[in-house]
Amino acid sequence: MSKTGLARLGVLLFLLLLLETLCRLGVIPSFTVIAPSAMAESLARILASGRFAADIGATLTNVGIAIAASSVAGVVFGTTLHGFAAARRVLDPLFATYYAVPMYAFYPLLIVIFGLGDLPQVAIGFLLAVMAVVINTLNGLDRVPAVLAKTARVHRLGPLRTALQVRLPCAAPYVFTGFKLAVAYSFIGVIGAEFITSSRGIGYEISFAYNNFDNAVMYAMILFILVLVIAVNMSLHVWEKRLLARRRRA
Amino acid sequence: MSHVALRGVTRVYPARAGQGEVHALGPVDLDLARGEFFAVVGPSGCGKSTLLDVIAGLFPATAGEVKFENTLVKGQVPPGIGVVFQEDATFPWLNVHDNIAFGLRQAGAGATDVAAQVGYALEFMGLKDFARAYPAQLSGGMRQRVCIARTLVLKPRLILLDEPFGALDQQTRLLMGDELLRLWRETGATILLITHSLDEATMLADRVGVMSARPGRFLDVIATGWPRGRDSTIVANESFGRITSRIWTLLRGESIRALGRA
Repeated sequence: MSKTGLARLGVLLFLLLLLETLCRLGVIPSFTVIAPSAMAESLARILASGRFAADIGATLTNVGIAIAASSVAGVVFGTTLHGFAAARRVLDPLFATYYAVPMYAFYPLLIVIFGLGDLPQVAIGFLLAVMAVVINTLNGLDRVPAVLAKTARVHRLGPLRTALQVRLPCAAPYVFTGFKLAVAYSFIGVIGAEFITSSRGIGYEISFAYNNFDNAVMYAMILFILVLVIAVNMSLHVWEKRLLARRRRA
Repeated sequence: MSHVALRGVTRVYPARAGQGEVHALGPVDLDLARGEFFAVVGPSGCGKSTLLDVIAGLFPATAGEVKFENTLVKGQVPPGIGVVFQEDATFPWLNVHDNIAFGLRQAGAGATDVAAQVGYALEFMGLKDFARAYPAQLSGGMRQRVCIARTLVLKPRLILLDEPFGALDQQTRLLMGDELLRLWRETGATILLITHSLDEATMLADRVGVMSARPGRFLDVIATGWPRGRDSTIVANESFGRITSRIWTLLRGESIRALGRA
């Protein structure tokens, strides 16, 4: 491990130890925060019992659907829009203000449209994630050197093959950034929506535990989400580094 | 019959915001014989690259016509034409082998054929040891060799080169010139080279077309008279300086005109 990595791990361990000590000494009361070791112990017990397996499965399925749908739709829409400069000029200001819109405000409308099942949660995740993919796809496509587009024409590639074989591979690092954001936004969107009206899922169980002063379950599930999201993002980060390493000058 | 024939080729760029229409090229008439090495020199901005784009079919002529192998070039790049650009056109996400194989795969060539053709091109261009390297790991000269190899494997009958060695140092340019001459002799392709280097044009070409300042027209076409088996040592030939000097005499006034406009 590099020196920076060791330092990062050291800071993390120090903060965990500090929290553990403060909780064990009663400086932080257990009805506010439980000790990290108690969180881990509770999480291990929950996972071993399979008590929330259905909730975890439902959340991960909904997040997965939101990620896949926003990634595909974002790349397709971004690539198509890139070919229509006039439409792009009209839509660009709307894209810039997209994240000023509080998506959760549309939750009642989404329930009216999609019903009380999982779809409203997926829709919130999708709506939050898709624009990150669209914007990053457009950004990447803007940076494809003109000479590569010319090269595609020399090879007599049509618009679709040019997009798939030249433009998108060239824009891949930017598109990948879009995917990374889509993963984060999908987790935020789906789990956040589960807090509001859902009857299952990790967000619902955290909310339920909170309302019943069940800190052992609440912090265990928060820890589960933290570990999961950090693991997913670190995997993506490693993958991205490999992708970029090929393109970096020696 | 000419391999490539241009008749009254003109290119006018339409007016844009804050700028009127730009008459970039022509009218230009030109005939290239099959297997000829033709170089084009001219002042900056005289329409040399526009000429290449129009011959390749990348952009249409505003007036006039281009024929390649007696067929009108219109709408798209005809089969049998390969183009090498000045800018780095390697695909950064593909290694050298896959860069070279790109056109063959797009054309639907089988795996055995791809392996054979790419293997030959890697050997021919001195890239054998770098087959698995990515363009980012190569020098500018090597990346340009990858682009030439990618064009070469498609066995083009007409190769258009737009200042392909423009970004390279003088020694590398001379060596790349030798490689280009070897490629030309072995493939028998017709070559049209756009360059701003008078030495390079004189050294490589059978004929050198000297263009005027914008709108580019051919002021003269000068035959070098070199043997087909020439290489970069031709620069020491007593005629070399005389030919280069003749080209410069034609170009000097045009370059001053072009500078004044800039």
